[in-house]
Amino acid sequence: MYTNFQRHLLKELESIKDAGLYKGERIIESPQAAEIVLSTGQKVLNFCANNYLGLSNSKELISAAKSAIDTHGYGMSSVRFICGTTDLHKELEVKIAGFFGTEDTILYAAAFDANGGVFEPLLTSEDAIISDSLNHASIIDGVRLCKAKRYRYENADMEDLESRLAAAQEQRFRIIVTDGVFSMDGNVAPLDRILELAEKYSAMVMVDESHSAGVVGKTGRGVTELFGVKGKVEIITGTLGKAFGGAIGGFTTGKREIIDMLRQRSRPYLFSNSIPPMVAAAGIKMLDIMSESNILQDKLHKNTEYFITGMINLGFDIKPTQSAICAVMLYDAKLSQEFAARLLDEGIYVIGFYYPVVQKDQARIRVQLSAAHNREHLDRAIAAFQKIGKKLGII
Amino acid sequence: MKDLILNYVINEYQEDEDDEITYETPLISGGFVDSFSMVSLKVFLEKKFKINIPDDKATPEAFDSVNKIVDLVNGYTK
Amino acid sequence: MSYSDKMKTMYQEQLETIKNAGIFKEERYIHSSQAADIEVEFPTGSDLKKVINMCANNYLGLSSHPDVIKAAHTGLDMRGYGMSSVRFICGTQDIHKELESKVTEFLGTEDTILFPSCMDANAGVFEALLTSEDIMISDRLVHASIIDGMRLCSAEHDTFKHSNMEHLEQKLQLHQNKRIKMVITDGVFSMDGDIAKLDEMADLCQKYDALLFVDDSHASGFIGKTGRGTHEYCNAIGKIDIITTTFGKALGGASGGCVSGRKEIVEMCRQKARPYLFSNTIAPVVVSGVLEVFNILSGNTERRDKLEKNSDYWRKGLSEAGFVLKDGDSPIVPVMLFNAKLAQDFSKDLFAEGIYAIGFFFPVVPNGQARIRTQISAGHEIHHLDKALEAFIKIGKKYEILGLTKQEIIAKYGL
Repeated sequence: MYTNFQRHLLKELESIKDAGLYKGERIIESPQAAEIVLSTGQKVLNFCANNYLGLSNSKELISAAKSAIDTHGYGMSSVRFICGTTDLHKELEVKIAGFFGTEDTILYAAAFDANGGVFEPLLTSEDAIISDSLNHASIIDGVRLCKAKRYRYENADMEDLESRLAAAQEQRFRIIVTDGVFSMDGNVAPLDRILELAEKYSAMVMVDESHSAGVVGKTGRGVTELFGVKGKVEIITGTLGKAFGGAIGGFTTGKREIIDMLRQRSRPYLFSNSIPPMVAAAGIKMLDIMSESNILQDKLHKNTEYFITGMINLGFDIKPTQSAICAVMLYDAKLSQEFAARLLDEGIYVIGFYYPVVQKDQARIRVQLSAAHNREHLDRAIAAFQKIGKKLGII
Repeated sequence: MKDLILNYVINEYQEDEDDEITYETPLISGGFVDSFSMVSLKVFLEKKFKINIPDDKATPEAFDSVNKIVDLVNGYTK
Repeated sequence: MSYSDKMKTMYQEQLETIKNAGIFKEERYIHSSQAADIEVEFPTGSDLKKVINMCANNYLGLSSHPDVIKAAHTGLDMRGYGMSSVRFICGTQDIHKELESKVTEFLGTEDTILFPSCMDANAGVFEALLTSEDIMISDRLVHASIIDGMRLCSAEHDTFKHSNMEHLEQKLQLHQNKRIKMVITDGVFSMDGDIAKLDEMADLCQKYDALLFVDDSHASGFIGKTGRGTHEYCNAIGKIDIITTTFGKALGGASGGCVSGRKEIVEMCRQKARPYLFSNTIAPVVVSGVLEVFNILSGNTERRDKLEKNSDYWRKGLSEAGFVLKDGDSPIVPVMLFNAKLAQDFSKDLFAEGIYAIGFFFPVVPNGQARIRTQISAGHEIHHLDKALEAFIKIGKKYEILGLTKQEIIAKYGL
């Protein structure tokens, strides 16, 4: 009987709309790229994709995917341990471990599932999880599914982390959990100091490299490379859905026994489909591309520096960032919406974020740079920001 | 109390008439009660006997037979 | 950076225990497409062996269908490889919307929302819709992903005995005073292959003012006269408020899932379901393949009809040979062996005979209910089934279980 529930839902949807929080969807009629075509026919420059290395529409990945479709078919119709493992899955797992300097890797349908399934098989009510307050939603859900005692520390606040670690000494095992790059500000976790504290208070460390793998560090190995601690954290989770091609798939990579345990006990691994072989094949190709040359990583780093310098010179308020995420602070929620809408009229596609995605009065436009952008794209974006910024009296 | 719990368990969890459930039958390791259904068993005990069983005491081992459940409940009724 | 020896040792010991109990899951590497005949490397490092696959969810044989493969190629050319975004930022293409309306039309619902997987659909749907004032009443044998979804939702939960309508009615009476009551079931139960009594459940839901939720992952595409799913089989089209299903089984087998149902329910999921808001959109290439699957299915019922015939043939053959089966009317045919080690050994011996079928045991099924789960496909020909049957009989004879009852097998091998 749906009538009563329908009434209840309609009311709630109305209140979401009234609060200005209703999420609409913009329909795209082209591949993901620096320039995309919207269903209105408008061509716009995309500055809001996680397409950091510009691989989402890579000819090489597409051709790798096509060959795998021809040799291994379209789907596996199975979870990994029944009949969903191909030689390609295994090869990709080995390559990811090689890339991060870890011991072994396990693939998931998404990084959301990797984070959702990592804690429960490893930790019990005797243990403690000490988690950064700005960690991604999927980490929060994973922690909710695990019985370990929970501690939360303020974003990247090492004093606060230390006090939580001290408080967690009663527990059997402790794990510090942090995003590598925080997706709303673009700041990186201070991994060097986290590792010092982990040593001092005998804790493991887990880093989610979803926004940092391929992006941060000279060769794009992520925050462990940036801080010169490759191979030193116990668990890394990450995604194939952002810089690494952007299709689907996630992974957990780290200590051998940990990965072995996950293969036996991690629920999203045991109960959800194996990623299709074409995605595994494109992943292998992607790692080959990144290992053979540093062109994409270098270009992304240059683009980011160029854009941020341009924006700061114009007088915009930019959050300190060490990633390809650039938060242009506007503080006011309504202003962020209007700014984004006007930028779209100028052919620049970005999103304004406001409470509750970010803290109250911290509304912003998040710009995401890509190796797919060329100098002209960046100049057009900066010029559009300048024009609208002047019109709205921000700069 | 023992029979009350046994009757509840039989009515609530016995799927197959062939499977006999006694005071000693392993409920969780025997596959009659899964860990998810254990939660509703706990709620039943707490309501029926007006007690509060802390989550860390509500282990699969403590719920593994009617006799063990009786011991557990006795520990909280005083 | 404090991965102490203590931790390492603990995990190693736990792994050792799993191995000693004979329930360590070993992966077998497939070097071919998913199909009736596959090439497998097992154990790791050995030569490739050609075997007949009897344990894929490839019910309609579409996982490597030439038209689906062609559509995937075209999809890559037209819409690229990945979207690198969640849906609401810049991850929605025209083909995503097209697939959502195709699914809606196929299932006979009002609207559909895509998820990266059905696991994610189930993980996100309850929390998006229900609060602590509400109750979820689920069948005891629902899929693990539903259980995780319920664990993430603050609504109260209770269970009813598997497919037991009297017990369900008792529970609906017991919780009559809750604001929203949701009855939750699988359409086809994945381990037993039996079908939920959706018609009776819909009546009860009507009587007690409850919502009805069905996970039709093991039914969409082939259960019911035209393959719409369990609601078609049970004459309950239009009476189900929420259907979740997957594209990862019969419908191509690559990845992706969805929530389909009442318009406002779908709309609410778009606003609130966490895996939808925080995980990637389905890759365009996957969407293109599934669109082609629906093209194939809308044309005729040939494939599901063949699947039904194959399933009947297989069930009859095993039954006549004297195996203990679970009753059911689906392509999932569990051969009951009860003892976990016997199930493992049986599976290994089958593999030696060129038949790939996996043993299932606790905790995937209840203790003492170990089995080989066979799954039939429209990709199987009669000669595949005959060869598999021959192997099952040979191994059944080896363990002297043919013609034995449940009690006799348990007496012989223990639980």
